[in-house]
Amino acid sequence: MAPPSGGGGGVGIIRYGAGNIFSLTAALERLGIPYGMINSEADFEKFDRYIIPGVGHAGAAMHKLEQTGLVPTIKALTKPTLGICVGMQLLTSYSEEGDSDLLSIFPIKTLKFKESNTYKVPHTGWNQIFPEKENPLFKNIPSGSHFYFVHSYFIEYDKAYTLSSATYNNEFSASIWHDNFYGVQFHPEKSGVYGETLLTNFSKL
Amino acid sequence: MDQINTQIKSTPFRGRGGLSKRIIPCLDVKEGRTVKGVNFVDLRDAGDPVELAWNYSRQGADELVFLDITATVERRKTMVELVKSVARQINIPFTIGGGINEIADADALLNAGADKISINSAAVRNPALIDELAKAFGVQFVVIAVDTRSIGNKNIVHLNGGRLPTERETLEWILEAESRGAGEILLTSMDHDGTKNGFDNGLLKIVNDAVHIPVIASGGAGAVQHFVDVFEKTNVDAALAASVFHYGEILIPDLKAVLKSNNIEVRI
Repeated sequence: MAPPSGGGGGVGIIRYGAGNIFSLTAALERLGIPYGMINSEADFEKFDRYIIPGVGHAGAAMHKLEQTGLVPTIKALTKPTLGICVGMQLLTSYSEEGDSDLLSIFPIKTLKFKESNTYKVPHTGWNQIFPEKENPLFKNIPSGSHFYFVHSYFIEYDKAYTLSSATYNNEFSASIWHDNFYGVQFHPEKSGVYGETLLTNFSKL
Repeated sequence: MDQINTQIKSTPFRGRGGLSKRIIPCLDVKEGRTVKGVNFVDLRDAGDPVELAWNYSRQGADELVFLDITATVERRKTMVELVKSVARQINIPFTIGGGINEIADADALLNAGADKISINSAAVRNPALIDELAKAFGVQFVVIAVDTRSIGNKNIVHLNGGRLPTERETLEWILEAESRGAGEILLTSMDHDGTKNGFDNGLLKIVNDAVHIPVIASGGAGAVQHFVDVFEKTNVDAALAASVFHYGEILIPDLKAVLKSNNIEVRI
């Protein structure tokens, strides 16, 4: 694992015990993006942007995040911050998973997919995303590109906050954006060349 | 505009809501080296699973499955090393299977960067393992591999690469696995495997219609049309093959072009 870069464009990965980050750090290494870990409040100033990773249960993840004591600092961040998968869902106000109140950086909700034979849950695989706004996060990524999703809960579509949309049974937010906060429901570290492009774009925000 | 047209054309039966059908090459690995013959022209080392995997990801494979058949006491260590090297180099999801018997195996592979693990015999012998794995790591991490062979007029679960019949009827076992927390089913028809006569579309349709989790078809791929058939006739989520890809008999870009021309949703 690379040593903390100490500013200079580095990405700080917020550690709170929710999920494995080997593939994410491997992708950052392949792309030559400096990164390090954030375990305490003092670590934030070492980096110029932040990633909130996360897999698993949103309610459980929120509980773990609260235990770190980092929540007030995260809500007050002014540098580019990207939530991935459950890390993105944490940015919303509420999740049906565990009936959980979340960070409320985005005043929108995380809901469960309706399950059927036609629409299996979890939504697993490559789906097309369609950017709805101009934003450098999607620079050089054509509309309709495929990204890799694995999730049972989705963030509702919202005209104000949805940065790109996807459809699986219903339209939902494949990514969200508000000021310096971004979230992606898919896994850029597993989404081929366009996923890598997105991570590179984020490293330049 | 083309993208909008594609969306409208993709009926639920042809890739729901834009979700692509997945094409998955499977690599057999022993002690860190691929074992089945591989006939790629540009490979420096055809026995290197990482180089092969990288090549497949460049060709447009949607996912990879590594089946580790290492039988030594060092098995877990060699699998972890393999998974780490793959995760460092490859930018698509991958599953690792072979001899995973306990939570500790799964935990080590997750931490090494595996997206999913595939369990076969251990789950049949101890079905509660599925519950434990799903609870510990989430259902999306747990693929249940089922090798099936028909005996009389029944489909029966087999172990040891199809050599050892069990007491379990295939559909009944798959439904139990789903209810215990399987996130995906990898169904290999041992009657079709190696024949190159096409997938077992009859059984695959029955299974796919009965479950609410993704199904990967395996066994029998010999031609591009077999992939068109399996998606059109059964609506499974993914199709897996080994030798037709390894020997270059089917190139993934060609395969996907044909699928797309048949209005089957694929990632190009």
